[in-house]
Amino acid sequence: MLELVDLTHRYGTYHAIDRINLTVKQGEVVCVVGPSGCGKSTLLRSIAGLIKPTGGRVLLDGRPVESTPDNLAVVFQDYSRSLYPWLSALANVSLPLRRRGLDRKARDEAAMAALTEVGLGTAAAKFPWEMSGGMQQRVSIARALAYRPKLLLMDEPFGSVDAQTREELEDLVLRVCAHHGMTILLITHDVDESVYVGDRVVVLSKAPGTVTGDLTVDLPGPRDQIRTRELDAFVKLRADVGRMVRGMTNNNHHEVEHR
Amino acid sequence: MNRKGFAGRLARLWIVPVALVLWELATRVAAQPYFPAPSSIVVRIQELWFSGPLTRVLLTDAAIESFGPSLGRLFAGWVLAGLAGVLLGVAIGRSAKLADYLDPILQFGRAVPPPLLVPIFFALFQIGTPTQLAIIVFGVIWPVLLNTADGCRTVDRQYLETARVFGFSRPDVLRRVVLPAAMPKIFAGLRLSLSLALILMVVSELVGSTSGIGYGLLTAQQNFLFVDVWAYIVLLGVLGFLLNASFLLLESRILAWHQRARRTI
Repeated sequence: MLELVDLTHRYGTYHAIDRINLTVKQGEVVCVVGPSGCGKSTLLRSIAGLIKPTGGRVLLDGRPVESTPDNLAVVFQDYSRSLYPWLSALANVSLPLRRRGLDRKARDEAAMAALTEVGLGTAAAKFPWEMSGGMQQRVSIARALAYRPKLLLMDEPFGSVDAQTREELEDLVLRVCAHHGMTILLITHDVDESVYVGDRVVVLSKAPGTVTGDLTVDLPGPRDQIRTRELDAFVKLRADVGRMVRGMTNNNHHEVEHR
Repeated sequence: MNRKGFAGRLARLWIVPVALVLWELATRVAAQPYFPAPSSIVVRIQELWFSGPLTRVLLTDAAIESFGPSLGRLFAGWVLAGLAGVLLGVAIGRSAKLADYLDPILQFGRAVPPPLLVPIFFALFQIGTPTQLAIIVFGVIWPVLLNTADGCRTVDRQYLETARVFGFSRPDVLRRVVLPAAMPKIFAGLRLSLSLALILMVVSELVGSTSGIGYGLLTAQQNFLFVDVWAYIVLLGVLGFLLNASFLLLESRILAWHQRARRTI
């Protein structure tokens, strides 16, 4: 459903990403992992249509992405600046639904359902500054869910919360997105997280970012924070991905280049 | 802030009676006609404006004749300037091109002291309220305009990107994202404008007016009624204080999200 063909972007003389080729299938959870400054955010912003890449193409359902597509939602890393502080949780979630042409009542109902789904049914009237970081990020996940996108982009969505909240949110996203059959592209710098959350892990190199690894995560579902992480297969995959992120060559590297 | 809340604020009010007593003593020792004692000023204020019938909250005819037109001009000028300032400010803040074109004109206009334009306004409009309104509007529009433009220009990028991702229409972006985000700065501008409006209201009434507080002040001065002059001065001070306090109250209601969000960050 999502296809990146030779996606390249330069900011002036800075070469952020270089000829990224990637295909994401319907319903897949793909984690993009890479060292800091590998152009992960540039990649996400190109897919979301927030910047116009200097080279290559982004195809969503076979159509090139122009401006911001209406079947795509983003959960940003910085929840404190992604939610509008002058709106309640409910209003934050329901505001984007105006694009769906729903009337006010239908919008509020859909927003309430999404908030309930992320466990915030009782906090709908709260304002962002009345909530913890984890709750705020749940609101932004609810906002994305209510919008019913086919593709959900997540930019280090759990980067700014504590470890425990992070685990809760990882499981929440897996559960809810599986339920809605959403396709997810999650960007992270955390190797462990990429293996735990993803059906597939794509590794980017240092800038200019390009795909240096593409692994299928063959772990039994549903994932469990304790049991999944103690599986031998998980430990092995984590080590493989970790090596690739650090730029140590192994077999997978060549495999990708010959595709 | 080391002492918070109402009790703390009340406790710090001791400075007011102390200042009043010192003022009273100083004027009695000096015994100058130009500097009447505060006690006599208070008596005069009461005589002039607050000895009317109970049905009109004690306001005398003189009070109504003088406060009515003045407050009317003040508010009319402030509201007009506020509307025009916000509209222009939004346009300038959202369009870099427009800002580039208008910036020199705005900087020039802002630098011109409004009282100097009185003769021009006299020539343009008839003497009386239109001229006075023009003086107030021209004088107080700048803080609103410049603050609104600044607030609209510096909206957090993430707010705007979120709006783009979720495909907000242009009017929605303006109404539901840009304006609320700029609201704290707009209010700061409006508050500054309100205190300026009071000053310019008096200034505008000192020239070519036959009513209002400024006119009263001028007449008292020309007739060497020093106690009356001081009564007007005290009245203006109290008025300024009340306007500011009411505005702060309004602001704390409308911008509750902003003030509390800042406190928790």
